[in-house]
Amino acid sequence: MSQSPLPPVVIGAGPAGIRAAVTLARHGLSPILLDESPRPGGQIYRQPPAGPGQRSASELYGFEAAKATAIHQALAPYADRIDYRPDTLVWNVERGALDLLSNGRTATLAYHSLIFATGATDRVLPMPGWTMPGVFTLGGAQIALKAQGCGIGSTVVFLGTGPLLYLIAYQYAKAGATVAAVLDTSAFGLRIKHLPGLLALPKVLAKGLYYTAWLKAYGVPVYTGITPVRAEGNERVASVIWQDSAGRQQHTACDGLGIGYGLRPETQLADMAGCAFSFNPLDRAWLPDRDSAGRSSLAGVYLAGDGAGITGADAAEVGGERAALALLQDQGATIDPSRVAVLEKRMAAFVRFRTALLQAFPLPAARWAETVSDDLVLCRCEEITAGDLRATVRKDQPRDLNRLKALSRIGMGRCQGRMCGAAAAELLAHQHGCAVNDIARIRPQTPIKPIPIGVTPENTP
Amino acid sequence: MSRLIEADVAIVGGGIVGGSAALFLARAGKKVVLLERDRCGSRASGVNYGGVRRQGRAPQQLPLAQRSHALWGQLPDLIGEDGEYVRSGHLKLARSPQDMAVLEAYAAQVADYGLGLQLLSAHELRQMFPMIGDKAVGGSLCPEDGHANPRLVSPAFSRAATAAGATIIEGAPVSEVEQTSSGFRLRSVAQDLTVTAPVLLNCAGAWSGALAARLGETLPISAAHPLMAVTEPLPAFLPVSIGVEGGGVYGRQVTRGNFIFGGGRGIPHPVSGNAPVPDFARPERGALVNLLQQAAELFPDLAGATIIRSWSGVEAYTPDHEPIIGPSSTIPGLFHACGFSGAGFQTGPAVGAVLADLVMSGQSVTPIAAFSADRFR
Repeated sequence: MSQSPLPPVVIGAGPAGIRAAVTLARHGLSPILLDESPRPGGQIYRQPPAGPGQRSASELYGFEAAKATAIHQALAPYADRIDYRPDTLVWNVERGALDLLSNGRTATLAYHSLIFATGATDRVLPMPGWTMPGVFTLGGAQIALKAQGCGIGSTVVFLGTGPLLYLIAYQYAKAGATVAAVLDTSAFGLRIKHLPGLLALPKVLAKGLYYTAWLKAYGVPVYTGITPVRAEGNERVASVIWQDSAGRQQHTACDGLGIGYGLRPETQLADMAGCAFSFNPLDRAWLPDRDSAGRSSLAGVYLAGDGAGITGADAAEVGGERAALALLQDQGATIDPSRVAVLEKRMAAFVRFRTALLQAFPLPAARWAETVSDDLVLCRCEEITAGDLRATVRKDQPRDLNRLKALSRIGMGRCQGRMCGAAAAELLAHQHGCAVNDIARIRPQTPIKPIPIGVTPENTP
Repeated sequence: MSRLIEADVAIVGGGIVGGSAALFLARAGKKVVLLERDRCGSRASGVNYGGVRRQGRAPQQLPLAQRSHALWGQLPDLIGEDGEYVRSGHLKLARSPQDMAVLEAYAAQVADYGLGLQLLSAHELRQMFPMIGDKAVGGSLCPEDGHANPRLVSPAFSRAATAAGATIIEGAPVSEVEQTSSGFRLRSVAQDLTVTAPVLLNCAGAWSGALAARLGETLPISAAHPLMAVTEPLPAFLPVSIGVEGGGVYGRQVTRGNFIFGGGRGIPHPVSGNAPVPDFARPERGALVNLLQQAAELFPDLAGATIIRSWSGVEAYTPDHEPIIGPSSTIPGLFHACGFSGAGFQTGPAVGAVLADLVMSGQSVTPIAAFSADRFR
């Protein structure tokens, strides 16, 4: 197969997208790298806005400072090769071309080869009080610290599950906040049970253990196997009510609350492009199909990083490079087979680790769906409550999420279900007593994120 | 387990027309079975723009539209909910003196039908509707027209039909259909179901041409895909549903603030599908950007608002954009109601009532001769 006349396109300038673009450039191609953010790094290595008063990489990224710096600086040597376009939203994929929004102008970009490195957002399970001021997602709490240089409160609680819970608690405590509690819904025993899998990446595990030990040493209360009850407050959050593993009700005062249950991949563009999807029971989510190199079901379309399944930033770097090598190979370029072997071996370890991690920190979906009260708002955009969904189920018996969306409006708002979709899926499946993979997934509609009516079209090919 | 249902009337298609026919026939005591390939009201009836408008229809449609207008007026009694139906008025704008002359001629032509049209000069338009930009030089207001939420209204017709005693079977695409000595025999493999009935109503929307073809009748039905978009909720700015003479853009603001607007065409989805009628449709980039520009021109204040979603659907069109309603002239017992060409939501309830008339008494109270499929022969 001869080299495609159009430059390859990479969507997302996080660890996966940057490694992909750099790999393509190193092999003589001139990729276009599109990113919604003003500066490279993705969410994990997000940079503060450019300007005076910059904090050091070690202040911003801790142990990951070297990796973050490497990612931030990776594009510079290839500046003449990589057409890097920050502040550019990809809002549509249609018949072999992307639609881009930048500075109020929309342009169409045709592609022959494309790497989706679209990253992830927080997975949210709503709890009473979650829409109150002072309540953030875990990712949001971390972005506040990294990009804005401020915290979500001075006495904070982090609630949910997953390794991010401990990392953020550590980062907040190091930044001078009082972490009043870390409340993990997963039982501690699960971590022990899945220790063999976690040992696939001993260094990563060691870091996790370090954060946990550090929190303990500095007197940060950590509770596992908890059940969230509600967040309380008048103008803003003032306390969290929760049940400990013995079923006793507890009360923790705070002025900031971060909630998160791991991450969910941003798959709408891959979906719109027509990639085949399968349900992944570990993620409890529909993920685009891909082979071990990152090839999607569509010729010329590749997937890398958390956007194709949550594996973390280190795996994203490996996956980005591997997908780029697959693209090069498919275009007839010569690639180094020993490098491929190294990447695939490392990726296999990431996958083993990820599998254990998702089992050690599971989404407490069943209990949530069973106990969620009718008056709880699940969809903030459209203000749809759990009771609205249950009433819709009683009235129409919707068998899939798209029908539920049509009748109840959940997933119809500005996030198109990116925030409320997981909760809606769990509740619908619970109401029907079926598995969450039996109710399909919300069809994304263009634009995947809002665009202004006053956009000016630009006649670029 | 294989099922056989012997009915008085078999209906194919659970859109607003099929649902309404099932409702009126069940109320009249007929044993009705409706087969819907997916979910009731999930295709064109459920994803259309939601205009409930008589203004602008050809005069021969107005008796039907007037009958429907009365039915819309009693919607909660009919289907058990209001479907967000409001009589906001429908304002058709002219962007040139020539277009205004067309609106004036139309008002004169339909003066006897009781639409209550009010022609507005540029000055009157500015005074009554200051949010409309300078592109419009005048307009025609139909105060009792309005809009509703098709996602809620269309499924509710089938639900009401069920409550009235009809048997509605969803997820039941028709695998086989044949004429028998006593009427029709339909089979749905997906439901392992056979339905026999002396009367068959073809309310299958974009799929109605294919259904007729399997019985040996040719209907000139083609599928097309109107394009629509919606903004985030905005402060109330537009109290009336808007159309434009010559087409291009239409819009309405719902109570919760979103501005819903449409114009132009989407494309089949999946694009690579090779079925004669696609399962779904999706927006097309050029048409969408064009629609945004048209909306921004018409409503300058909207320029800073964002759209949060766009969509399309699979709708049946005829060559003259008038529907096909009435008995088949070649197959006794078969009635068609299809090809509404992007304007069937308002008339849908009355079309169902007309079909019930035809089944019950052999003739329609409302004149429908103009909609015979024979006009294409």
